Formats: sequence, C-alpha cells, structure tokens
Amino acid sequence: MTEPANTSAAPTQFDELPDAPPKRKIKLSWPGKIGVSIVVFWALMVIIGPMIAPYHEADILDEELFIVPGSDEMYPDTDFQPPSKIVYLGSDYIGRDILSRILYGARTTIGISVLATLLAYLIGVTAGIAAAVGSRFLDMSLSRVNDALLSIPSIMFALVLIAALNSPGIIWLIIITGVIYATSVFRIARSLGVEVMVSDFVEAAKVRGEGLWWIITREILPNIAMPLATDFGLRFVWVILFISSLSFLGLGVQPPMSDWGSMVKENLPGLVLGSYAPLMPAFAIASLTISVNMIVDDISAHAGGKLAKRMIS
Amino acid sequence: MTALLEVDNLRISARNDDDELTPIVKGVSFKVQRGEVVALIGESGSGKTTIALSSLGYTKPGLEFAGGEVRIDGDDVISMGSDRLRSLRGQRVAYLAQSAAATFNPALKIGEQVTESAVLHGLMSQEQANERAEHLYRALELPDPDRLGNRYPHQVSGGQLQRLMAATALCGKPDLLVLDEPTTALDVTTQIEVLKAFKSVIKQEGAAAIYVTHDLSVVAQIADHIVVLYAGEIQEYGTADQVVNQPSHDYTRRLMHAVRPPPAAGQGDETSAAHEREAPALEVKDLLAGYGSIKDGEPAITVLRDVNVAIKRGHSVGVIGESGCGKSTLARVMAGLLPAAKGEVRLDGKALQPALQQRSREELQKIQFVFQMADTALNPRQRIDRILGRPLEFYHGLKGDEKRRRIGELLKMVELPQEFAGRYPEELSGGQKQRINLARALAASPEVLLCDEVISALDSIVGANVIELLKRLRKQTGVSFVFISHDLSTVASFADEIVVLYAGRVVEQGPVNAVLSPPYHPYTRLLISSVPELRVGWLEEAMQTQEAQAGIDRLVTLTKKGCPFFDRCPLAIKGTCDEQTPPVRRLANNHSIECHLDEAHFSQ
Repeated sequence: MTEPANTSAAPTQFDELPDAPPKRKIKLSWPGKIGVSIVVFWALMVIIGPMIAPYHEADILDEELFIVPGSDEMYPDTDFQPPSKIVYLGSDYIGRDILSRILYGARTTIGISVLATLLAYLIGVTAGIAAAVGSRFLDMSLSRVNDALLSIPSIMFALVLIAALNSPGIIWLIIITGVIYATSVFRIARSLGVEVMVSDFVEAAKVRGEGLWWIITREILPNIAMPLATDFGLRFVWVILFISSLSFLGLGVQPPMSDWGSMVKENLPGLVLGSYAPLMPAFAIASLTISVNMIVDDISAHAGGKLAKRMIS
Repeated sequence: MTALLEVDNLRISARNDDDELTPIVKGVSFKVQRGEVVALIGESGSGKTTIALSSLGYTKPGLEFAGGEVRIDGDDVISMGSDRLRSLRGQRVAYLAQSAAATFNPALKIGEQVTESAVLHGLMSQEQANERAEHLYRALELPDPDRLGNRYPHQVSGGQLQRLMAATALCGKPDLLVLDEPTTALDVTTQIEVLKAFKSVIKQEGAAAIYVTHDLSVVAQIADHIVVLYAGEIQEYGTADQVVNQPSHDYTRRLMHAVRPPPAAGQGDETSAAHEREAPALEVKDLLAGYGSIKDGEPAITVLRDVNVAIKRGHSVGVIGESGCGKSTLARVMAGLLPAAKGEVRLDGKALQPALQQRSREELQKIQFVFQMADTALNPRQRIDRILGRPLEFYHGLKGDEKRRRIGELLKMVELPQEFAGRYPEELSGGQKQRINLARALAASPEVLLCDEVISALDSIVGANVIELLKRLRKQTGVSFVFISHDLSTVASFADEIVVLYAGRVVEQGPVNAVLSPPYHPYTRLLISSVPELRVGWLEEAMQTQEAQAGIDRLVTLTKKGCPFFDRCPLAIKGTCDEQTPPVRRLANNHSIECHLDEAHFSQ
C-alpha cells in the first residue's frame, strides 16, 4: 500500500504487508487556503499598515476635505461620513479615517494578542509539564492554584487588576491577559503531558535511566506540540476577543491609539445614524478570528485523518 | 436458490492525498449460504476486515468502493441509499467488533445495550426484546440468565462480555453476522468457551456468518468454508476440510506452517551451555510485589507472592499464565519499574536496588525491557536512527561515524534494510516496528532481555519470523531471555525453562520437557488442553475433557490463603485446598509443582 515496489512484488513473495501509511503532509482545504491568505494579509498589515495608511490614526480630518466641489456649504459634517474617495471606509465619531485607524490598529490588536498568547503559553506549558512530570504534591498544588484562578470570571479579574493598577500601560495589559489565559493552557498542557508520560516509550526511556530533562524535551514536548499548536490558534482568537472587549469597556488600549475593540465601542452611537463605522473594525476582528479558526480546523482534520488511516487494517 | 450473501468481483480502493487510488481489494468473489460460516483469513493488511465490512455497505474512512457488487438476498448494498443501509445494518446484517470491553458502555446496564438495536429498529417491543435476550443468554451458556441484564459490563468477565456481544448482534435476528477477530484478544481458556458458544448459537439460530481472523486453528473449528486472502486477492477458497487438510496454494501452506504445533515436550530449542557462568544471569528470590501503598511490608494489592526464578546465561525462561496472573508485573519488578515489597533481584549474583532510579547505569544497561506493543513503545516523533542511537550514546558513549556504523549493524542483526534508519516508526509495519523495538534493547548490549508478550500483537507468519530472530540472537550473543506470553505454544518452542504463574503464585516450574509432560499441575493441564489444534473437530473433543468443563472462563481471584486455583480445579479437595497454602513438591530434574495432591494424583 505504501511503496509501489512492495505491492508489485507481493503476490509472489509474500512479504510482510506494510500496514502503516507513509507520513502525510498537511493539505489545506479551500476554507483553509482562504484562511491562510487572510492571515497573511493581516500579518503584512501589521508590518506595513501604518506606512500605507492614508492618514495618521489620531488625525481628525479637516472639514475642507469634505466640501463637495460646487456646493456652497462651508461647514460640512465630518463625523460618521459614508465611504467615499476621501475616506475609503468612512469616518468615525469625531471625523477620523476608519481605514487608517484599522491599519494602525492591526499592529496594536494583533501585536498585543500575539505577545499575550505567547506569554500564556510560556507560563501555562511550563507549569503544565511540571505538574505532569513532577511529584503528586507539586501537581496538586499547581492544579488547585490554577483552579482557583480559573474560577474567577476572566473579564472581572482583569477589570479588578486594571482598576487596582490605575490604568496601566500596554505592557501590563499583555501581562494580565497572559496570566489569565495561562490557566486554560496549563490544563491542556498538563493533561496532554500526563497522557504521554504514561506511554510505553516514556517508560522505555525511564528504564534506560534517562533524566527528567531529556524525557521532557525529547519524549514529551515533540509529542504534544501538534495539539498545542492547534490550541494556540484558538487561544489567540480568544485573546483578540478578550483584548477587544477590554478596549470596548474602555480599559484596554487608550485613545488616541487605535485598537479594533475600542473602535467598535467608540463608534457604537453611529449605528442609529446608519453609519458603517462600528461595523468595519468588527469585520476586521471577525475576518482574522474566523480565518485562524479555518486553519486550525484543517490542522486538526489532518490529525484526525491520520487516526482514521491508522484504523484501516 | 440464491445465496444469502454474494460478493461479486468486489474492488475497494484507498484514496491518498494526491487523489490517487490504490487498490486494497482486487476483485474478490465468494458466497455465503444460509446457516453457513465463511472464514476470511489473512495477515493484517490483507483486506479481510475491509471485505467483511463491505457486507454492511460500509468502508472505513479514506476507502471507497471501486467496482463489483455485494448482494444480500439479491439486493446490491453498495448502491443503497443511507436510509436503506440504516435498516440493513443491525436488522439483517450485524457486526461484532474485536474488543467487547471497548464496545460496551460502562455506564449502562447490559440488558439495555443488548436489546437497544432491536428495539430501536422497531423489530420488537422492549418486553419481547428482553425475553429474546434472556433466551440468548441461555443459549450462550452465560451464568444467571434471569438477572444478567441488570448487571453492568464491569461485573462480568472478558469472555462473558465477548459472548454478550454475540447476544447483542443476534437479538434482532439478523440473517448475517460479521465477526471481526472475536477471540483474538482472549486467553486460550476463554477462547475455547467463546468459540463453543458462538458455534452452537449460530447453528441454533440458523444465521449465516462471516468470521474474520488470522488464526487458522480457530477457523478450523468454526468455519464451513475458508477464504484465504493475501494483499486483497483470494489465494484459496474451499471447504474448511479441504483447505486445512489439502491446502493447494503456497500461501496457505505458509500460513499452516506458521501455526505452531500444540505445545508438547521436545519442542524447546537446543541451548548450549557455552555462555553459562557460575551465578545465574538474573535471579529473583522470595519475591512479594504489588500495587498501592505498602503497609506492614505488604502492598495494598499483592500481585506476586513467593516467586523464585533463576535465569542462566544464554538460556531463556518462559513465563506463562492467563491475563491478570502477574506475568507483566514480574518483568516490571525485574526491570525496577515496580520496586518489590519483599525479596531480592540479583544480577550476576549481586543484589540490585529495588527501584531503577537507584540502580547504576551499568546495571540498567545489563537488563533491557522489550515492551509488548511496538506501536506505543517507539516515540512517533523520533526517526529510527535516533531511537537506536540513543542507547548507544547513553550507555556506550558512541558518537558520529562509530554510532552510525553500529546502527547499521543493529538493523542488519534484526534483518531490516539500512535505509530504515531515516524513517519514522509510523512508516513501518507492525512486524518491522517490533524488530526496531528489539534492536533498541539490543543496542545496550544487555545480558538479560525481558520480553513482554513481544509477538502477541503480530500475525502468525510475522510472529514466527520474530521468534526465529530471537533464537538466532540468543545463539550469537549469549543473551538470556525472560519470555512472557499467554501463548503456551510460543513459549514451548522458544524457552528451555517454563514458569507457570497463576494468580501471582508459581504453580509449576521446570525444564520445558518436564512441564509439558506428565505429571502436570491441574492448571498446566488446563492450559495445554485449551490450545486450539489445527484440525476440524478439535473443539468438540476438547470440550469433553474434565478440565474444560470444570475450569474454563472464571475470573482469576487473588487469595491470601489456600490455593488460588481452588474454584477452577477439577481435583480440588474441599477443606484443604481452600484453606491451606499448597506445599511445593520437588520432582526430579529441577521440576516443581505447588499442589496438595501428590505426584500419583496429577500423573494421570
């Protein structure tokens, strides 16, 4: 089944029949491909967004820009303007360009989320693996502390911390989000680690006399990397939504810096006026999170597909 | 009259990533008449399960029908829509999976699960179904049929669960049963009971069956016709009698050859004393071991008691017993994975620390453990050269070219091509993985190899090859083996000493020829008489023996007092055997039996 050479020679020689398929490469489905291109697009915007933005994120556009040639109106409205050649995606509640703010905001929103997710992984995986391989006592204490943190509603927890720190900077926003999300990463890393820890090949390494560090880095980590990567994608999406909701509540990124979540919030009154302003950043959040999800789906389908193949005897 | 099932030029293909089709089943045709059992036999990868599943109109994910027809009573199931398939499955064709333990839901009562599909398909009311189930329990000779339905799956034994699976499948009175290796995972004593129940219930119900297996001796007992498959093609197709007694095809003959003869004296491999030294290579003395926290020198659950085993250099000791008897625990104690509560493990005459963390690297190197499942014992994320290279580097400090050369030698030793060094475990077949598993243990240049059921998961031909390999290695290297297996025939052909374990006690111990010939311990006799023989009609004969009637398929219970085999023993003396620990009777030639009866009794 795997090698053509084997199959063709088989009927006469009765070789051992191979029952394991060769390694498969991840093959993206159509939604996966779309997901990848959108994610690549946003990643690009993180780098070059501010350079190609027509205006600065904090610029309140001049009324003159909006004067329609030939009209005698001297003071036109600049807020909540519909998309036009001057403002491609319309203007916001005080007359800033939405497109520019989304492009600038990509850097803040995605940057903060990536850093916070990485921090959550650093803390969560380290503690999770320690709990998985460590003594019963270590496992119990880490798990119970984690449970306690997990039991506090995350938004409330963040609000209290931010309020206590009196509107701290972006660094603290990243640290707080990272710690909050480390709790769920801990759980996953621990359960994956425990599962691998009792497998025969880890036992074989123990019988050989291998040290703990070798077992963790060579036997456990490579085997939990794939499910953790899948989870990283999902966790990243949650963090974007979390940061956005904090900003929406006014506690995340502070003005005049733009951030997708706070953009939704500050432009909310525009909804009743029929403006697109709050929808544009919401659409940006949705496009990124859904794309990441579509990629994650493909990766897990790949893992599942391998399982299914293994079942064919 | 047309046959119940007609498989006509069936072709099934697998679709890979590049949308290429690889044929898995290449034009197979056979028929199943009503009331007939047809066996599909072949190695793993031969397509036998795939063909059997096609009678349900089902293929595993990744496979698709590529041509041909599968007709049940003239209806082609391949072209059926999902509505018609749903009513076909469970009503007219029922499937029995390999592992009953994994199929039953532990949270539901047995009765609910047995009757579920019949009631769901609207074939009968719950009351009728319950009645039918009870009738089937009786037919399958299950204990306490009136109340069995109210029990939970964990309250019955593995063999009983396997029979309950049959009840589940038969409850809706299907025309055709598909049995997928239903006895492969069972102990011999359980297997014989399950086989007998299947055979009689199929006859009583007048159902037809497809029986999928790789075990030719089992097939000989139950099938009317045999289809021999290799690589998705039929090699031989005929009546059971014809295929077993006059195989016409080369491959069938090879399968027959790989079936080990029933265990008997004189099959043991010749071992020379060339490698022997004064002290045994490995020895355990007065061992007591178990799981749970140790209180007053005894663990919460004692699994092994009073075990004394010595392995001479260059020799092999076979450890045999049913599942749960403590075989694997013994190996784990020797390896230091499970520290013993009492007693000693000695290597070359020197006592070892009980826990492996306290043993020196040199001591660890001398005892190597070969795990049962090569699938799980090899790290799927490491290439073969890293898997084999690590022990070389770890124990012998080899690096670079020297290490590479040694890896090449190891691969040659286990008869694998050199280029396998660059592959990952999942790119190898089961037998090849088991060879790598062995090579890794050999890389340490050990003195003792602990082999825990190393060929149990392999097909007969592959398993026979691995045994040949072990024999050769023993001759070449002088390694001693502790060979653990539940299969007496395998042990008889490989070991030169046998230890029979029952519920954690050594009931009989001695050279192969002495253990496999009278006098026997009653338990050894039961084990020997339960190994299926490759001839039609063996099952009926075997069921007549007193051992078979007294002792088959009971739960093994651990006891502190008396003889643990008491409730299964046909010769048990009430008042003595259940109360007093049996004495060890030493016979000639290092042979010992632990029993209250004297030699004259168990010689018969």
